[in-house]
Amino acid sequence: MKFFRNILDKAAPKFEKGGKLEKYYPIYEMADTFMFTPADVTEKGPHVRDSVDLKRSMIIVVLAMLPAFFFGLFNIGYQEDASRSIIENMLIGLYATLPILLVSYGVGGLWEVIFAVVRKHEINEGFLVTGFLIPMIVPPTTPLWMVAVATSFGVVIGKEIFGGTGYNIFNPALVTRAFLFFAYPSAISGDSVWTIVDGVSKATPLAVAAASEDVGGVTALIQNNYSFAELFYGFVPGSIGETSTLAILIGAFILIITKVANWRIMAGIMIGMTGIALLTNLLAGVSTNPMMDLTPQYHFVLGGFAFGMVFMATDPVSASQCDAGRWIYGILVGALVVVIRSMNPAFPEGMMLAILLGNAFSPMIDYIIVRKHIKRRQNRYAQ
Amino acid sequence: MDVLSHYLSLAIDSIFIQNILLASFLGMCSFLAISKKVETSFGLGLAVIFVNGITVPMNWLIHKYLLVPGALSWTGLAAVSDVDLSFLTFITFIATIAAMVQLVEMILDKFSPTLYQALGIFLPLIAVNCAILGSSLFMVERNYNFSESIVYGVSAGFGFFLAITTMATIRYKLKYSNVPDGLKGLGIAMILTGLISMAYMSFSGINL
Repeated sequence: MKFFRNILDKAAPKFEKGGKLEKYYPIYEMADTFMFTPADVTEKGPHVRDSVDLKRSMIIVVLAMLPAFFFGLFNIGYQEDASRSIIENMLIGLYATLPILLVSYGVGGLWEVIFAVVRKHEINEGFLVTGFLIPMIVPPTTPLWMVAVATSFGVVIGKEIFGGTGYNIFNPALVTRAFLFFAYPSAISGDSVWTIVDGVSKATPLAVAAASEDVGGVTALIQNNYSFAELFYGFVPGSIGETSTLAILIGAFILIITKVANWRIMAGIMIGMTGIALLTNLLAGVSTNPMMDLTPQYHFVLGGFAFGMVFMATDPVSASQCDAGRWIYGILVGALVVVIRSMNPAFPEGMMLAILLGNAFSPMIDYIIVRKHIKRRQNRYAQ
Repeated sequence: MDVLSHYLSLAIDSIFIQNILLASFLGMCSFLAISKKVETSFGLGLAVIFVNGITVPMNWLIHKYLLVPGALSWTGLAAVSDVDLSFLTFITFIATIAAMVQLVEMILDKFSPTLYQALGIFLPLIAVNCAILGSSLFMVERNYNFSESIVYGVSAGFGFFLAITTMATIRYKLKYSNVPDGLKGLGIAMILTGLISMAYMSFSGINL
């Protein structure tokens, strides 16, 4: 560690005011605070006595995503050929995923640096998470140039033009995914995008459930040999991060224990999803829609539901900011997932879009709740 | 039950799936201009629900009994029974909307001065709001019957209300953001509209 400190200290004068590389101070600052706790203290209120700053909490999110990430690596190889060893499968997965990860960090990081240098703010820590989220929610076969275009859109339009981390309205990773979804639908949906071998097509379990014609969604899953346990552990085709609900729950545990993510949002999403799913189950008898038949526990393990709930909906910037609002926001997102999944044949994967809609409505939820608080206090002191 | 669910799905369709603002992009001018403040966009939204709910069924009656080919046959006069006045559709619809807005304004002024004060300039401005004319024209194009046109008028107005209040609260939150100077105001509002309608695209394709 001392070695790095010496290098940084030596380089410092060049980057400080008056130095040769003064313009690129944000890059120096990023490297410095990434490895060492910064020496400077908070200048503006509110002052919180805590050693956890934004960088540390973002790193915790990345750590929490690692179980799902490693499982995803293994699963890519496993889906191609189940007979190989774990290490071999992981390497195959890494071979498919690493380029996407590099492109996403590279392109997104470049935009971060450009904006930080031109607009003279610090390089935003938020991108640590965004850049890691992107490879986890796109299919492993997505062409790299599409990843680059979508990441640019997500980072620039979704975040930087609002002023960077902390100011954005929508989750930049979700904007990236939605952009891919609507701009290049053939690359991100369909049966052949989930395995890295050409010509092999494997439908995701969610697509299997949505496409079944004569029988309900649950029956269709069982007929196609997708047992509940398999879906829960994640040995199914799907994007890198989202298949294993178990690995995601480990991440959720880390996030809740460290209080980086708010449990109210996750609980709200579960409540909203369960409520509407039970309602659609009641209606399943009169409808021919196979998704109506899916029980809440299947909604929980299918597709990106668990991943979105734990890592994307809980984004502290784009979600609601107050506790009551978090409950409402969570329930809204959970309800919308089931509505979009079961009513919209075009998008069986409703989670990402539901969170995006939740992001759009969260300022309104906050606004109404804050107004209510103000009114209550006014009434209290009116007499 | 069937009738009820039919109207319900029509309402959901026009509020979310075919949202007049975010899917058809009608009424953008007032949407962008008014959404700067939450209170005023709330007022404008209410006024649009009100006026749209009246003008769409009103225009339905005019269209059905005056304008379509052969509409005048109810008079019983042979001379006018096959006259086609549909070339007058646009101008009559606009005239109806303007007249209705005036009427609503006068009624509000008389019976509820507080609401009239709250709505202020936005009430007369509705007369030139393309969302209102747009809903009347959609009503003709989609062949709604009279009761459907009432439901459609109110719920299209509600879609406008929802979109403009969402936008206004987002812009309220944006006050604390650090938007580049060149994009402040309308620029960021246009980008936001695009992002919100991208979120609304999750409803596109739903067939109720």
